[in-house]
Amino acid sequence: MDVLQLLVSGIANGCIYGLLALGFVLIYKASEAVNFAQGDMLMLGAFLGITFINTGYADMPFLLGLVCAALVLGVFGYLLERFVLRGIFGQPQFAMVILTIALGFLMRFFAGTVWGHNPMSLETPFTGQVLRAGGLIIPMVDAVIIGATVLLTTVLYFFFARTRLGVAMQASSQNQMAAYYMGIPVKRVNAIVWALAGVVAAIAGVLFAAKGAVEPSVGLLFGIKAFAAAVIGGLGSLPGALVGGLLVGIVEPFAGRYLPSGFGQVAPYVLMLAVLILRPGGLFAQVSQKKV
Amino acid sequence: MRVQFKSSYDDDINLFQDNRHRIQYGILILLAIAAPFVLPEYFVGELTQIAIWSLAGLGLMLLVGHTGQVSLGHAAFMAIGAFANIALMTRGWPFIPALIASAVITGVAGAVLARPLLRMTGIYLAIATLALSVIIEDIAIIAEPVTGGVSGVFAPIIELFGYEIDRYGTPTAFYYLCLGVLLLVTLMYANLLRSPTGRAFLAVRDSEVSARALGVNVANTKTLAFTLSCAITGLAGALYAHMVQVVNYESFLILISITLLLQVVIGGLGSMHGAFLGAMVVVLLPQVIATLRDLVNAHTPIALGNYPGMDMAAFALIILIMVIYEPRGLYGVWLKVRTWFQLFPLYRKGMFRRSRTYLKTERMR
Repeated sequence: MDVLQLLVSGIANGCIYGLLALGFVLIYKASEAVNFAQGDMLMLGAFLGITFINTGYADMPFLLGLVCAALVLGVFGYLLERFVLRGIFGQPQFAMVILTIALGFLMRFFAGTVWGHNPMSLETPFTGQVLRAGGLIIPMVDAVIIGATVLLTTVLYFFFARTRLGVAMQASSQNQMAAYYMGIPVKRVNAIVWALAGVVAAIAGVLFAAKGAVEPSVGLLFGIKAFAAAVIGGLGSLPGALVGGLLVGIVEPFAGRYLPSGFGQVAPYVLMLAVLILRPGGLFAQVSQKKV
Repeated sequence: MRVQFKSSYDDDINLFQDNRHRIQYGILILLAIAAPFVLPEYFVGELTQIAIWSLAGLGLMLLVGHTGQVSLGHAAFMAIGAFANIALMTRGWPFIPALIASAVITGVAGAVLARPLLRMTGIYLAIATLALSVIIEDIAIIAEPVTGGVSGVFAPIIELFGYEIDRYGTPTAFYYLCLGVLLLVTLMYANLLRSPTGRAFLAVRDSEVSARALGVNVANTKTLAFTLSCAITGLAGALYAHMVQVVNYESFLILISITLLLQVVIGGLGSMHGAFLGAMVVVLLPQVIATLRDLVNAHTPIALGNYPGMDMAAFALIILIMVIYEPRGLYGVWLKVRTWFQLFPLYRKGMFRRSRTYLKTERMR
């Protein structure tokens, strides 16, 4: 029973990691850049959710607040790509790493100035409720997180498989030049991908805030764990991101429970290093050789 | 503009281009030596910090700027150097052997980690080293006999040639110690860059495929670069430990790794000068911001002191502007200004523009 209980909370955590990792993968697939500010976007999304939903602020119903937060962060992501990141389009990959790290610092400063440095948490209609299945106690929050992740993944799957825009994104992710020659507006597609990553980050952030407390610095460490998740899955693979997220989410509580103290924190990274050493491209890597 | 006529291959790889070059660096070194006699004690401390961060920056520059391997985890190697140095000194080793040993230990640690790490490329390597930086925090707590666990360890007083050197007691002596180490490493670095090994580093950075085609053993070159880079960073870590005097797991947070990388970038990737310029920015920027903050507070009703994290934000903003408009960093700015003056009426705007590549290469290795 104990194991099952840990498993459920691990899966719920893993879903949030997975969603955030999904954001990384979206951006990596489209523009071959890694957004080191993705964790901070989650943090912003969480604070936006709190602002829209909590009593004493905008006081909206939960779903409406979620949609508003997602929209705001989506627009933010779009503008970010349009006005900041497009300037370094075509420069070495490294430039993007530095730029997004710096953006993360700025977002943290912004959040600290606007919302302060005290931890805040989200008021949801399902806070404190539990589901009982047999002897298993599942917090309602965890159930909602898992459900939302499944829903969002399905929507994204159909978006990429069935819509023109989704197919255009896939094309530009495989070869920007070829996509450009085929008449796909690669720049606009990139901006839309960033908007999409913002939406996903906002949803992950609101779910995160429903489960625990948010403060400006939460994005950094959370972001690194989501990296670990994305890398375990292989940076270019959407299902890989979710699998990686779940693995990280599950490994963490188990290592904390069964290993000596101090090792629990490290477990996700050790797992990631192990995966990288065995399969340098991640579990779901597309293996291809470079031709000169 | 001076035109230099190169008549032999040696002219290309000489340490100094000509006598003017020699005199310039000589004056710079003399200024660095004379500084403690002129400046107040507080600034000597700042200069010491600049020297130490320059050293750490040189370590990272070798890896990122000259070999093209991004590391986001160099604070981990600073930590190894710092803890190794203190652990050896508290067990009775004299300072100099302990310092050298800490560099060697860090280098060996780097070499051991390099093989598996360097199977990855680009982004994967950056993230793996980032993880290293997170892991070292916990290792520093777990390895209590060496690192003192949560409470950390005190750096013992350095005894050198019968003198006792202490950061606060004799700041000038400590400054000279750091300066000496920095000069030695800089000299070694400059010589390394003009050796075949150094040029192999550059070849690996520019194109692994063509480096391999030219007969460079890419794996060995990368491992060597990682080892040397870690050894230099370890030296910086050891000196840093003596500067802050108490080190624990919190002294080498992930933020230091990131700052170190940003420092190297803001200084200018791929130039040794960049490490020094970046160190100056990192150390002096908080001072500048504090001064500005006092000025603004005194003359306007806005209390800037109410916004914590301002230094980091200003630093980030500078980086942002730098990466978009001046990818070569401060050294690039200097290069442009110098060329403008040298070519005065003939300077053209696009002179330093680099061609961009829109092809996807990283994924196809």
